[in-house]
Amino acid sequence: MGRRTKISYLINFIALLVVYAIVFTLIETESISRYWSSLIILICINIIMATSLNFSTGFLGQLVLGHAGFMAIGAYTAATIGIALSGAGFPALPAIIISVFSGGVLAAFSGIIIGIPALRLRGDYLAIMTLAFGEIVRIIINNLEFTGGAKGFRGIPRLMNFTYVYFFMIACVAFLMLLARSRHGRAIISIRENEIAAEAVGISSTRYKVTGFALSAMIGGIGGGLFAFQMGFLQPTMFGFMKSVDILVMVVLGGMGSMTGSVIAAIVFTWLPEALREFNEYRMVAYAVLLIVMMIVRPQGLFGTREFGFSKLMRKIFNKTKKIDTESLKGGDS
Amino acid sequence: MALLEVKNLTMNFGGLIAVNDFRLELKQHELVGLIGPNGAGKTTIFNLFTGNHYPTKGEIRLDGKSIVGKKPYDIVAMGAGRTFQNIRLFNNLTVLDNIKIAYNRSMSYSLLNGVLRLPKYWKEETKANKACLELLAVFDLDGYAYTQASSLPYGQQRKLEIARALATKPKVLLLDEPAAGMNPNETVELMETIKFVRNEFDIAILLIEHDMNLVMGICERIVVIDYGKIIAEGLPNDIKKNPDVIKAYLGE
Amino acid sequence: MEFFLQQLINTLKVGSIYAVIAIGYTMVYGIIKLINFAHGEIMVFGSYFAFLLATYSGLPFIAILLISMILTAILGMVIEKIAYAPLRKAPRLSALITAIGMSFLLQNIMLLIFKSEPKRMPELISMRPLEIGGLIIDPITIITVGLSVLFMIILQIFIKNTKPGKAMRAVSEDKEVAVLMGINVNRIITLTFAIGSALGALGGVLYSIAFTQVYPTMGIMPGLKAFVAAVLGGIGIMPGAMLGGFLIGLVETFTKAYLSSTWSDGIVFSLLIIILLVKPSGLLGKHRKDKV
Repeated sequence: MGRRTKISYLINFIALLVVYAIVFTLIETESISRYWSSLIILICINIIMATSLNFSTGFLGQLVLGHAGFMAIGAYTAATIGIALSGAGFPALPAIIISVFSGGVLAAFSGIIIGIPALRLRGDYLAIMTLAFGEIVRIIINNLEFTGGAKGFRGIPRLMNFTYVYFFMIACVAFLMLLARSRHGRAIISIRENEIAAEAVGISSTRYKVTGFALSAMIGGIGGGLFAFQMGFLQPTMFGFMKSVDILVMVVLGGMGSMTGSVIAAIVFTWLPEALREFNEYRMVAYAVLLIVMMIVRPQGLFGTREFGFSKLMRKIFNKTKKIDTESLKGGDS
Repeated sequence: MALLEVKNLTMNFGGLIAVNDFRLELKQHELVGLIGPNGAGKTTIFNLFTGNHYPTKGEIRLDGKSIVGKKPYDIVAMGAGRTFQNIRLFNNLTVLDNIKIAYNRSMSYSLLNGVLRLPKYWKEETKANKACLELLAVFDLDGYAYTQASSLPYGQQRKLEIARALATKPKVLLLDEPAAGMNPNETVELMETIKFVRNEFDIAILLIEHDMNLVMGICERIVVIDYGKIIAEGLPNDIKKNPDVIKAYLGE
Repeated sequence: MEFFLQQLINTLKVGSIYAVIAIGYTMVYGIIKLINFAHGEIMVFGSYFAFLLATYSGLPFIAILLISMILTAILGMVIEKIAYAPLRKAPRLSALITAIGMSFLLQNIMLLIFKSEPKRMPELISMRPLEIGGLIIDPITIITVGLSVLFMIILQIFIKNTKPGKAMRAVSEDKEVAVLMGINVNRIITLTFAIGSALGALGGVLYSIAFTQVYPTMGIMPGLKAFVAAVLGGIGIMPGAMLGGFLIGLVETFTKAYLSSTWSDGIVFSLLIIILLVKPSGLLGKHRKDKV
């Protein structure tokens, strides 16, 4: 590990801790209202959703229109297990960890099941298939007895707090970013760039596509599980096509292929609808217009495929280096 | 035994016979040219060799093992590397990353290893970084290592594609019109590069080309096809004078 | 037995509406390889035009229908010019996302203007039901099937025998060559959108008459199902859209009648997945490979 990298890691680590400390203090001292702390938790969950979708749509390059389906699977699974564990007297954190991870695993599994057939198809068709998948998940949940059907799934213990969700979020995003800068991540990205060339240099496209897809689903499922413990109740309508599109908008506007972009877009587009609540109807129109205009004018979104970490920010502020600013593109650095 | 053995290779696209009873023997260290008029079926033959098409009939053996029905990425593992007629680089990635992706085969750390940044990750990545930069240096491309591949000048892009194919440690290298779009100077440089690659990396090279200077200049043996069939085969000087070949290119 | 035949008649009604909407999807896909997500909303605009005309003007049904179709055709052309034309050369992903955005935009514009409560579609058809041997065929079914089939026939004739129709087929086959043949590709694309949207409006008007309501999000489900129909029959192939429309109508009607109405949508989507797995080019489609 080079010295640069070590410093990079340290700066990022400290920055993230600082952010945590600030927000945590604000919440604990009740300087910000319940409403805002709930919103912050929701932001963290959406960051997980956006980055996970970015992995399949931006990094692997396969448009997924049914990501909410994975979220739903994660949510309902975690809820079911969570209720059981809580009932059996499990303390909060272990219950959350077990439930949420189970949700993630099940979501990953369904990612593999839908992925293997879907990934044989070309772009549009794959997108449609994921759309159908998302809808089918919603319809199944809507019609099943034990998930409460259309009326919803109630009685989920509201175990989520900022600390838990923050660290889950860090773990998920770090997982995806570290993966992206490993040989597996490079292989996945190469498929997006040029699948035929990737195969021609020995990348097993089937294996990496399914892997990428499943991991994206898994992290999405984890986000869903956290969502369940935050909301306390679940309804099929929460996981429809609208939800998938909401997340997709964050990914597209932030930049498909940029985790940083997804993080920022998730923050902005979770907060914005709330801030503009009175103008809700106009908000949707504005969103739609923004989406269309972005695609015409700047299809790569805010950040394109570039990342922008705290270490880069530090470097820019303190002008610590004259070397070309592609340091973070080197495999092995983070 | 020949490195690449092809017998009775036929490709029928629903009535259109693109490749007709093609055969070839490529031995270790050989530098062979595959030429023919446009549409003769040369790239189709390459696609058959690399698993992008499934042959209607015929045998293709790489180092003794049949590759028919295998996926392109498995064939790469068996020792075949190729470049494409219309350059296929990973455009948004850096030059170095383009090579590193091809180098993936030589790395083995697991996904978890990678995410947790365990020692094996650092060891293999450092080794990969070094090896890939060295490979780029061989082609004088190391200065471009951190530039975006798509911003490279055309000639350098072609060289990058060759370098990338070599990163998979092939036994046979298939070059599809490597000189396409190059000016005479670049072509001369390319000829040197190809000969150098064959010698340094000790591989066999089969190339498709239209540029006769290049073909006549470096190929030890030439195979000529037209309408998917072999119409001539032999030493460059003989091919040059072969009436069938002349007819195929210039018409009656 | 009677029940069964009644379901068949329902199939014809629902199926012909899906067929007409599906044609709109397939025409646009055939010509610019874009899945026009906004097509469902275009259909609803048609319904709203008809609603407004029916409520505020004294025009007869046919006039309302035709005017709505024309207005919607214009809407379709405007949408194409503003949002899709700039992305003609862009990667498919961008165009697809734009289409999704357009779908949302139209939906929310309608929500703004008309609010979400359904509006009742005024009585437009004053015919008496037809009785054939114990079976009652209501006038709406007759009109729906009749008009759908009529317009489909007109469309087929147009495509096969007129110059613009042939030009549309040419552009679908191979855009570059069409340009070389002197065809004004932009105008043909605009024309395609116009016709596709008009047919969407037809479907929308018939739908809102059949279900007596109009509301802004009305187009989502029928739009999706019509899209499944287009894919089922073979996206880009017009007879495929018609076939697909009736098949989906069949599946939906019979599932609702004999199985369960809550699962009928799920079955339609499962059908989509199955067809994409087994024969993505659709029942009437041809398989095309990428050039390496």
